[in-house]
Amino acid sequence: MTWIGWEKRLQPSPWMAVVVPVLSVVLALGLGAIFLAATGFDPWKVYLSMLKGATGSKYGISETVVKAIPLMIASLGVSVAFRMLLWNIGAEGQFYMGAFGATWVALTFPHWPAYVMLPAMFIVGCVLGGLWAVVAAIPRARWGVNEVITTLMLNYVAILWVDYLVYGPWKDPQGYNFPLTAPFTEAATLATIPGTRVHLGLLFALTAAVLLTLILWRTRWGYEIRVIGESVKAARYAGMNIERNIILVMFLSGALAGLAGMSEVSGVTHRLQHGISPGYGYTAIIIAWLAKLHPATVILVSFLFAGLIVGGYSVQTMGVPAATVSMLQGAILFFVLGGEILTRYRLHFGRKEVAR
Amino acid sequence: MENSVWVAALAAAIIAGTPILYAAVGEIIAERAGVLNLGVEGMMLVGAVTGFMAAANTANPWLGFVVAMLASGAMAAVFAFLTVTLRSNQVVTGLALTLFGTGLSGFMGKPYVGVALPVTFKPVAVPGLSEIPVLGPIFFRNDPLVYITYILVPLAWYYLYHTRPGLNLRAVGENPGAADALGVNVFAVRYLHVIIGGMLAGAGGAYLSLAYAPSWLENMTAGRGWIAVALVIFAVWNPLRALLGAYLFGGVDSLVYTLQAATSISIPSFFLKMLPYILTIIVLVLATRQTVVKHIGAPGALSIPYDREER
Repeated sequence: MTWIGWEKRLQPSPWMAVVVPVLSVVLALGLGAIFLAATGFDPWKVYLSMLKGATGSKYGISETVVKAIPLMIASLGVSVAFRMLLWNIGAEGQFYMGAFGATWVALTFPHWPAYVMLPAMFIVGCVLGGLWAVVAAIPRARWGVNEVITTLMLNYVAILWVDYLVYGPWKDPQGYNFPLTAPFTEAATLATIPGTRVHLGLLFALTAAVLLTLILWRTRWGYEIRVIGESVKAARYAGMNIERNIILVMFLSGALAGLAGMSEVSGVTHRLQHGISPGYGYTAIIIAWLAKLHPATVILVSFLFAGLIVGGYSVQTMGVPAATVSMLQGAILFFVLGGEILTRYRLHFGRKEVAR
Repeated sequence: MENSVWVAALAAAIIAGTPILYAAVGEIIAERAGVLNLGVEGMMLVGAVTGFMAAANTANPWLGFVVAMLASGAMAAVFAFLTVTLRSNQVVTGLALTLFGTGLSGFMGKPYVGVALPVTFKPVAVPGLSEIPVLGPIFFRNDPLVYITYILVPLAWYYLYHTRPGLNLRAVGENPGAADALGVNVFAVRYLHVIIGGMLAGAGGAYLSLAYAPSWLENMTAGRGWIAVALVIFAVWNPLRALLGAYLFGGVDSLVYTLQAATSISIPSFFLKMLPYILTIIVLVLATRQTVVKHIGAPGALSIPYDREER
C-alpha cells in the first residue's frame, strides 16, 4: 500500500544478527564523536588513546581482562533472567550483596585456611546475591509485582547498606578514614596470573558460561526456562510451574551477580570499599542484550565493554568526562535496539503486491 | 506552635513531591497510550542538566524550564521512534534511555558542577489564598512550578476522562486494533503522548535543579524517576491519585532530610536514606495486589508494540 514499509522475514536474518551489533558500536562511537567535538575534544585522538589505553600495553590488556570478569559473570546472570522475560535490573545491588557476604566471611573468620575460606566466601556471596534477587522474585511470582522497579529499588538499598558498613562499623581503623574495610588475609584472596592482576574469577566466568549453556540447552530445567520465555501460556498449558521457575531463575541470576561481587573483593580489591562497582550491574544489562542472551557471546562482548571502561579511565587525564563511557554504552544499546527490526523485517520499497 | 511544625512538614512534602508528580503524570499519559517508558529517570536527568545549563547562561529560570522540556521531549521522541515505529522491546529501550540519559547528563553537566544559578525559582505567596490558616502556608506559599502542577493534574485528569482525544488515547492504550478500526491514528497518538510524557519528566528534573535544590550534581535525581514509574501503578493510571502518592513520597523524602539534619550522628542517615526506596517496594506490592483483587489495572496493550498486519 505504502511506498516504503516493513515486510516480515520468514526466518530471522543471521547476516543482520551480526551486522546490526557491529554497526551499532560504530554508530554509537560516531554519535559520541559529535558530543566530544562539540565540547572541544578531538574525537579521533580520544578514541585512539582509549584504544591504546585498553589494548596498547600489557598492563592495559591485563586491566581490560580484570574489568571483563565481573561484567561476564553479572551479565550471564542478567541474560538467564532476561531469557525468561524476567527483567532483573538489580544486578548492581546483587553484586553489592555478594561482595558484602564474601567480606563478612573474610573478616569474621580471619584464621580460616584458603581451602575453607574461599569456598565459604563463594557460597555466601552467591547465596546473598541470590536471596537479594528473590526478595523481588517472590512478589513477582505471587502477585505479578513489577520486578523492574523492585530490583532497581533494591540496588539503592544494597549500596546504602554497604556504605553504612564501610563508613561505619567495618571501617578500617588504619585506613586513614577512607570508606573501606581492613584488607583481607592472604587466604581470602583469589590467586592471580603472575605479573598481572587477572585472577581466578576468570575461571569462574568461563565455567559459569559453560554450565549455563549446558543448563539452557541440555536440561529439562533449561528447556522450561526457554519455553516460558517464548510463551507463558504454552508453558502453563504444558504443566510447567511458572511461579517456582520465576523464583529459581531469579535466584540463579542474583547468585551470579553476587559471585561477581565476591570475585571482585576477593580477586581485585581484597577488601570491601565504597563504590566497589562503577555500575557493572547496569553495563551487564547492555552486554546481555547485545549478546542476544547467549552465554558464549556474553563472554566476547564483555571484553569490548571492559576495554571501553579501561579506555575511558585512560582518557580522563585529557579532561574527558568519566560519564563519556556510560553515554557511549547507552548509545550502543540504543542503536542495537533500533537495528533489531532489520533482523526480523526487511525494508521494502515500492508498491507491495497484495496476494489474495 | 505544635501546629506550625506540621504545617512546615506538609509544605515540605509538597515541594519534595512536586518533581515526582510531574514525572508521574507524564508517565501516566504515556502509559495510557500503551507505551511503557522506563526512561523517566534518564529524561529527568537530562531535563535537570539542560534546564540548569540554560538558566545558568541566561539567568532566566523560565527559559531553563522550557529548554528542559524540549530536551527531554526530544529524548522521548527518539524513544517513540524506536518503540512505536521500529517496535523495539519497550522495557529494554526504556532502560537504554535511562542509561544514555545518565551518561549524557553527566557528560554535559561536568563543567556546571558547583556552579551557582544567578536566578532561581522563588516562593511567591498567592494573594488572599496564602492567608487561609493552615492551608495557605501549605499550598499557596510555593514557587510557580508548584502552582503549575495544581492546574496540570486536574487538567490531565479532565483530558483523560472527559474529552474526545482523551477517550481516543485510552482506546489506543487498551486496544489499538479497535481504535485503529475506528479511524484513530494509533501511531500519531502514541508519538504525541510519549513526547508529552517525556516533556513532563524533564519538567520534574528541572524542578530539582532550578527550584528544589538549585544546583547540578551527577545523578541528582537519585531514583526519583523510578519512584515515579512505581507511583503510576499506585495511582492506577489516574493523575488525581498520583497527586496523593507524590505528596506521600515527598513527605518521606523531606522527613529523611529533616531527620538527617537534626541528628548529629551520621550513621543512621544511611538507613534513613533507604526509606523512600523501601517504601516504594512496599507501596508497589500493596498497590499491585489491590489492582489484582479489584480487577483494575494497566492499560490492556501496555508495552505491546502495535503492528497493523498482526491485528
